[in-house]
Amino acid sequence: MTAVEEVPTSAAGNPIGFGRMVRKEDVRFVRGEGNYVDDVNLPGMLHGAILRSPFAHAKINSIDTSAALELPGVVAVVTGKDLEGLGLAWMPTLSYDTQAVLATDKVRFQGQEVAFVIAESRYIARDALELIDVDYDPLPVVADAKKALDPGAPIIRDDKEGKTDNIVYEKWEAGDEAVTDAAFAGADVVVTQEILYPRVHPSPMETCGSVAHMDPVTGKLILWTTTQAPHAHRTVYALVAGLPEHKIQVISPDVGGGFGNKVPIYPGYVLSIVGSIVAKRPVKWMEDRSENLMSTGFARDYHMTTSIASTKEGKILGVKVDVLADHGAFNGVAQPTNYPAGFFSIFSGSYDYPAAYCKVKAVYTNKAPGGVAYACSFRITEAVYAIERIVDCLAQELKMDPAELRLKNLLRPEQFPYKSPTGWEYDSGEYEKTMKVAMEMVGYDELRKEQAEKRAKGEYMGIGISFFTEGVGAGPRKHMDILGLGMADGCDLRVHPTGKAQVRLSVQTQGQGHETTFAQIVSHELGIPPEDIEVIHGDTDNTPFGLGTYGSRSTPVSGAAAALVARKVRDRARIVAAAALECAPDDLEWELGRWFVKGDPERGKTIQEIAMAAHGSLELPEGVEGHLDAQVVYNPPDLTYPYGCYICVVDVDPGTGQVKVRRFVAVDDCGTRINPMIVEGQVHGGLADGVGMALMELIAFDEDGNNLGGSFMDYLLPTSMECPDWELGETVTPSPHHPIGAKGVGESATVGSPAAVVNAVIDAIAPFGVRHADMPLTPANVWRAIQGNPIRTDMAVE
Amino acid sequence: MQVSVNINGVEHSRDVEPRTLLVHFIRDDLQMRGTHWGCDTSNCGACTVWVDGAPVKSCTMLAVQAEGAEVTTVEGLVKDGALDPIQEGFTECHGLQCGYCTPGMMMTGRWLVDQNPNITREEIREGISGNICRCTGYKNILDAIEYARDHANSEVSA
Ligand code: FES
Ligand code: FES
Repeated sequence: MTAVEEVPTSAAGNPIGFGRMVRKEDVRFVRGEGNYVDDVNLPGMLHGAILRSPFAHAKINSIDTSAALELPGVVAVVTGKDLEGLGLAWMPTLSYDTQAVLATDKVRFQGQEVAFVIAESRYIARDALELIDVDYDPLPVVADAKKALDPGAPIIRDDKEGKTDNIVYEKWEAGDEAVTDAAFAGADVVVTQEILYPRVHPSPMETCGSVAHMDPVTGKLILWTTTQAPHAHRTVYALVAGLPEHKIQVISPDVGGGFGNKVPIYPGYVLSIVGSIVAKRPVKWMEDRSENLMSTGFARDYHMTTSIASTKEGKILGVKVDVLADHGAFNGVAQPTNYPAGFFSIFSGSYDYPAAYCKVKAVYTNKAPGGVAYACSFRITEAVYAIERIVDCLAQELKMDPAELRLKNLLRPEQFPYKSPTGWEYDSGEYEKTMKVAMEMVGYDELRKEQAEKRAKGEYMGIGISFFTEGVGAGPRKHMDILGLGMADGCDLRVHPTGKAQVRLSVQTQGQGHETTFAQIVSHELGIPPEDIEVIHGDTDNTPFGLGTYGSRSTPVSGAAAALVARKVRDRARIVAAAALECAPDDLEWELGRWFVKGDPERGKTIQEIAMAAHGSLELPEGVEGHLDAQVVYNPPDLTYPYGCYICVVDVDPGTGQVKVRRFVAVDDCGTRINPMIVEGQVHGGLADGVGMALMELIAFDEDGNNLGGSFMDYLLPTSMECPDWELGETVTPSPHHPIGAKGVGESATVGSPAAVVNAVIDAIAPFGVRHADMPLTPANVWRAIQGNPIRTDMAVE
Repeated sequence: MQVSVNINGVEHSRDVEPRTLLVHFIRDDLQMRGTHWGCDTSNCGACTVWVDGAPVKSCTMLAVQAEGAEVTTVEGLVKDGALDPIQEGFTECHGLQCGYCTPGMMMTGRWLVDQNPNITREEIREGISGNICRCTGYKNILDAIEYARDHANSEVSA
């Protein structure tokens, strides 16, 4: 399969199948006609606001809501005590922990939900928060993951019967420790580096929120909500609240970015439902930006002690990682049940060596819950960062060019499908080719020359490489479920009598362009122009069950479902066409959009003619139903493995520590590209994330557990000024087990790019004796690294 | 307090609390939902509208401060049913993904092009640095605004 197949063009000028086309959804967005949750306004709707804890750890003695209740316009104030009565004070998280909806006994992180006000307007609800009097007794705080392990550390989760420590889980491991130790024992060189992936936040531009409408007469709950997984959420609400599932409709309308932030279920969603039940009117809850940054699903906080062993010629022999994971106050990670550290164990990366071992310990701290978010592909971003950083540390130790070291160790095409030392089976790849394309595009050799010349003049530029492999498209139902829900996706397709179609997806878009790309998938299989195919998604009453959009799974799982459902329709169309043409189905041959008689191409029926015939009076063979509809459920046989090579060029001012990203070349191989324009857009966004995390973004805490990144004044997102004009390249190695060979790309760049930026900065300042410094490489941190005293972002700020 | 604002050529008069932010006046009181809200600290630009022809973050201004002003929102970009070149540019160049920052970006971008029909890419880059996009990595947004620059006819908007 080539990168760009020649495809016919529809009357509207769109490709019938794959290729660049402008997005169908843009029509409403550029007119300001999107429909986000905060745009949903219902008659009689009330507004909710959450009172949050100012303390990171404190006992609640009492809550006095009387003054708030007296404020005109306040309808109700709900506290944890009230919820206890309903059995709703605690809810399950997506990883079999529990999380307080409203705190009852004590608060466990700053920003935790304490009370919920329901009022006639947004402003009144917020005014009322100030009138609630909570009597707290502050408790000692654990803001540092390492200190959570101290014998005398305060116990955060004393709500759990018999809990005497702060351990979420003691040890989760992958790979063979003995084999890895033996590889290390026989190595010429071993390099060990403590590497922190600091706490960051996905902060989509739209914060989280919901509008709940419980119809008091029919008992049906409609919930408009910012969710990436409407079906999974519906089932969880049914299980938590004991509401009948068929009486819950979850609608995820337009969603203003997700990046994993909108996978978990937050107390606010549950509270809007409770509010609607209590007040018998619809209730809207929209968090503000500080609430989003302080309380919703953060990402990372992985302390990774990483070691690599090699020969003195640079042949890698093994890698070990010892991880301390900070999960915050509740284990709120969203990932497949059997993978408590997500897919971190793919850390052996893109290289050929036999020995790899990791062990992970997770702890509770007095920080917000979460951990799996921000386009991390279930923690592959941590894994890629660890391996790509340690490979650079090794290159420095060996005084070898990091490109040469990588080329020496990359997996070779004939090794695929490749079984990794930690048990993953990579589907396909031509790694060296992809890396060479990137080196060629960036002009690697010339850059190294320029760097040498500059260094001689006291100017510091750096070149950073990252080569990543992801495993996405979770996943095979046999090993992958979330809260017991297998990760397979349904898809329904209806072709109407006139040959126009509607395809219903279980996944939901937060900007990925599903309304366009899924139409293109169906178009590719049936030859119906994409403008004649409507994509329906984000509404549990109108779409089949499936697990949602995260972990780059939409194209690998639901994309496959869409292709297969279209093929099913095509097979049915063949029977109808045979009846119409009075021949046997086997006598027919398919060309895009048409079945025709083999050897007699003139005699045929277009898919549109077949659709009309299928709904008409045509006599169909015994046992064949009319119409042209089909349904499938796709249970992926395995993950798909997109990969890529990224090269970043930076200039560093050693006097100020300022980093300027001069160039960024990204060569992605995500298999077949349905719409190259959209693929490139996904990559651009992820590269900006990488620059942000590497240089700017940090949710830090002080020793009292105060969140120091609670607004956009402190949590710095990349702007147009920090982002260069990305230079993109591609290679195309289709997935052998995916129906259209696509691998998924939504998170590739976020996963792969931070290491490239950090490697570039360290490369620039290596002459000062720097081998590593933790993200974010702010001017202060770079400057201090140059002085030999890098800032430790894993420590609570004094 | 009574406030009268002309929005996209139509007079709107409402009784509002003095503390009502212009963005909430537009979104909640007038139910014009194209203008978005993204932060508490005037950093994101999702709320950008024009007040008397100049881009303003409508979360930094009280509705009463807009008394008598002419305000243009994203809904005012379409003229006689036709998309403005900035809207075409965002569509053609894939300058949006989730669409949340888009109204604010377009209001800023269109104004930049109006101010300087020969504006350079680097000037655009600087000009939109007060608007945050979390999805696109900005490259296509710059392309989209350049498209608008290259396709805007002589008629000056607003
Ligand atoms: S809402 Fe963020 S700047 Fe106005
Ligand atoms: S398109 Fe999503 S924030 Fe810009």
